[in-house]
Amino acid sequence: MEVLSFLTDGVLLALAPTNLFLIVIGVTVGLFIGAMPGLGSVNGVAILLPITFLVPPGSAIIFLAAIYYGAMYGGAISSVALGIPGASTAVATTFDGRPLALQGRASLALVTAALASFVGGTVANVFFTLFAPILASLALSFGPPEIFALMLLAFATFVGLGGDDIPKTIFSICFGLVLATVGFDTISGEPRLVLFDIPGFLRGIGFIVLAIGVYGIGEMLWTIEQTRGEITTTNPKMTAKGMMSDTKEAVRRGWKGTWIGSLIGFFVGILPAAGATPGSLMSYGVAKMVSNTPQEFGNGSPNGVAAPEAANNSASTGSMLPMLTLGIPGSPTTAILLGGMVIWGLTPGPRLFVDESEFVWGLIGSFYISNIAALLINLAFIPLFIWMLRMPFTILAPLIFVLSIVGGFAASRSMHDLWLIVIFGIAAFFMRKFDYPLAPAVLAIVLGPIAEPTLRQSLLLSSGDPMIFFTRPIAGPITIIAIILILLPAIKLIRGSRRVEEA
Amino acid sequence: MKFTKRHFLGLAASTAMAAMPMAALADGWEPKRPIDFTIMAGPGGGADQIARFVQSVVETNDMTNRPLIPTNRGGGSGAEALLHMKDARDADHTLMVTLNSFYTTPIRQEGLGVDIETFTPITMMGVDPFVLWVHKDSGITTFEQYIETVKEMNGEFVMGGTGSGQEDSIVIAFMSGVYDLDIKYIPYDGGGAVAKDLAGQQIMATVNNPAEAKGFYEAGEFVPLLAFSDERLDAYPDVPTMKEKGHDFSYYNQRAIVGAPGMSDEAAAYYREVFGAVYEGADWQNYLTSESLAPLPMDEAQTREYWAIQVENHRDLLGAIAGQS
Repeated sequence: MEVLSFLTDGVLLALAPTNLFLIVIGVTVGLFIGAMPGLGSVNGVAILLPITFLVPPGSAIIFLAAIYYGAMYGGAISSVALGIPGASTAVATTFDGRPLALQGRASLALVTAALASFVGGTVANVFFTLFAPILASLALSFGPPEIFALMLLAFATFVGLGGDDIPKTIFSICFGLVLATVGFDTISGEPRLVLFDIPGFLRGIGFIVLAIGVYGIGEMLWTIEQTRGEITTTNPKMTAKGMMSDTKEAVRRGWKGTWIGSLIGFFVGILPAAGATPGSLMSYGVAKMVSNTPQEFGNGSPNGVAAPEAANNSASTGSMLPMLTLGIPGSPTTAILLGGMVIWGLTPGPRLFVDESEFVWGLIGSFYISNIAALLINLAFIPLFIWMLRMPFTILAPLIFVLSIVGGFAASRSMHDLWLIVIFGIAAFFMRKFDYPLAPAVLAIVLGPIAEPTLRQSLLLSSGDPMIFFTRPIAGPITIIAIILILLPAIKLIRGSRRVEEA
Repeated sequence: MKFTKRHFLGLAASTAMAAMPMAALADGWEPKRPIDFTIMAGPGGGADQIARFVQSVVETNDMTNRPLIPTNRGGGSGAEALLHMKDARDADHTLMVTLNSFYTTPIRQEGLGVDIETFTPITMMGVDPFVLWVHKDSGITTFEQYIETVKEMNGEFVMGGTGSGQEDSIVIAFMSGVYDLDIKYIPYDGGGAVAKDLAGQQIMATVNNPAEAKGFYEAGEFVPLLAFSDERLDAYPDVPTMKEKGHDFSYYNQRAIVGAPGMSDEAAAYYREVFGAVYEGADWQNYLTSESLAPLPMDEAQTREYWAIQVENHRDLLGAIAGQS
């Protein structure tokens, strides 16, 4: 097979000493950048872009892709160890990663995350290698109505997760959606909801700001209030034997989530507008739905860690696909990589695979190597992160606070964002006191800015006819599934009450 | 161990300094702090690409003694960046890379109180032309055919762009006005997204910069119909211009570096020398050619004059759009 010989060449290229060195450095740097709440792969890649001009383009992109990979692994570390999602892609990882850490099983959560990330990345690489051109044309067939249908499905999996108080979940989603509308409106070209005429609101409210506020400040205040600082939640021990048994347990209790995440993540990831966050969220939802023990989810299920982690790695490889084959970035990070490629004198787009095949296959080869390197380096660092967790809460709490503030500032270098973080933190504390789930608000602020414009674009296309979501061949089935999922809790409720009457 | 952004920049800068000898560019004034290099658009777009390209040229050749720190401030269609410049605490260390929202945003959002004519001209890096594109499967090969098709479809012809009041919408509005076209216009949040949806035939035509459509054009997916430049573009010699069609209209995206209002003359002179050298360099000249940018070198006085004309033109163009709808 032609593809295999290209791939072999690519892998050999990635294993050349310079490239291998860059991969190891890149992955390690990425891991720490990802683990830092606030800083994500976007920042890492943007900051290090200029120094890549010292090496040839092939090596430069391998280095940047390695950072991207490392950061995807690292995001889980912050989610599990600190309870703050380091990037929007790791929100779903906190749902079960954090409870596991609080039960003293942080090492199980981290090992599961690392293994799931590895499988997700590898599955995506294989798909990428074998089907790149077909998948690219699939991505193009998703226009605004299809993307909106997909966002609807993402929200549906979330409401469908239910169990919690549904009205409060919906309130929380709406709260997030309102925050998401602040700033510039693409469709009308006008600023909107610029609260109190403060110029900082022109940019809108970023996910990072809300997530750090809610998790970094709000959750911490809540924990302090609950325990009066008396907690020693975790007393994790780290031994080689323990890690072996964690690995076994991770495989046994996380394989299902891993597969679901790998597949869903990849297909959502290749769609330029969607990206890794909806992918990881939907994977979590689906993993819970098909699970035999859905009650475990949210209370520390390894499957609940594995699904979103496999998905976000799989999706980040997936989002390279539209970048390379269409020249369209699938995520903010790939947007910067794309800029880099133009600077190096390459034209991303349909001709790239033909004109620059050595570059493309070197990069694809490096995905495989980066993935292995990221797994090994991540596993090696787990004891360090566990050790961090063993610090007394009285030291850990101020540390988290400082990290939150520094990370929040570093991402945008704006004082306005810092004040918002503090305000959201206090608001989140009170919402938490009154039992409002906060994750839906955080996810709404990620999905809202994708869902709203695509909804309005679709309706512009159809001159206001909502049937456009049902009549298009791809959008139709997705919309219908989403609606069924939203209605499912209601149907269950009605059926349940009937049964009671019959009895 | 935690890394911060500053840490990395320090690392990057020290690597660059160790690797290369210091080049003394100007006597007298020199930056004393890292230079704020604001980009008035989000990551990944044309302005962002150019800013990072320029930064890389400056860094690799060690042309400044303090690093340029690019920060995306694209909020409110560039309003965030304009306000940042207007209120810059240290005008001598604050630069911005522009696109045409430099002109349009202060007109559209008068409440900002930004007067761009108070900004300090540094270097005009070039201007980016616009081209009308269709998908090859549409069967349209000439501008006349396009006009005919749009008229036949009677309001159902769909074009995508980056939003009302943005560069491409100005061009489309002009075209609709003179040819009496009824076009359904779908706004997107960036030129890349527009190009992708033309490739997937979600929309039927676009007005994009050549840089954004080049990949698809080279693969034979996109067909260029008309250029909105003064002369035919070197990379597209067979594509006629709007001027050839008898309408005195051309439109470009300004790719310039400007300084904050109140920048001292010494600092401005320093930056003009640095970015003038970038402009002259082979890297930038190659970039101009490969991305079909047109050179438009001008000095400070000429730039100020050019700005005044552009502000007037944009006021008229935006007024015309408002009148149409």
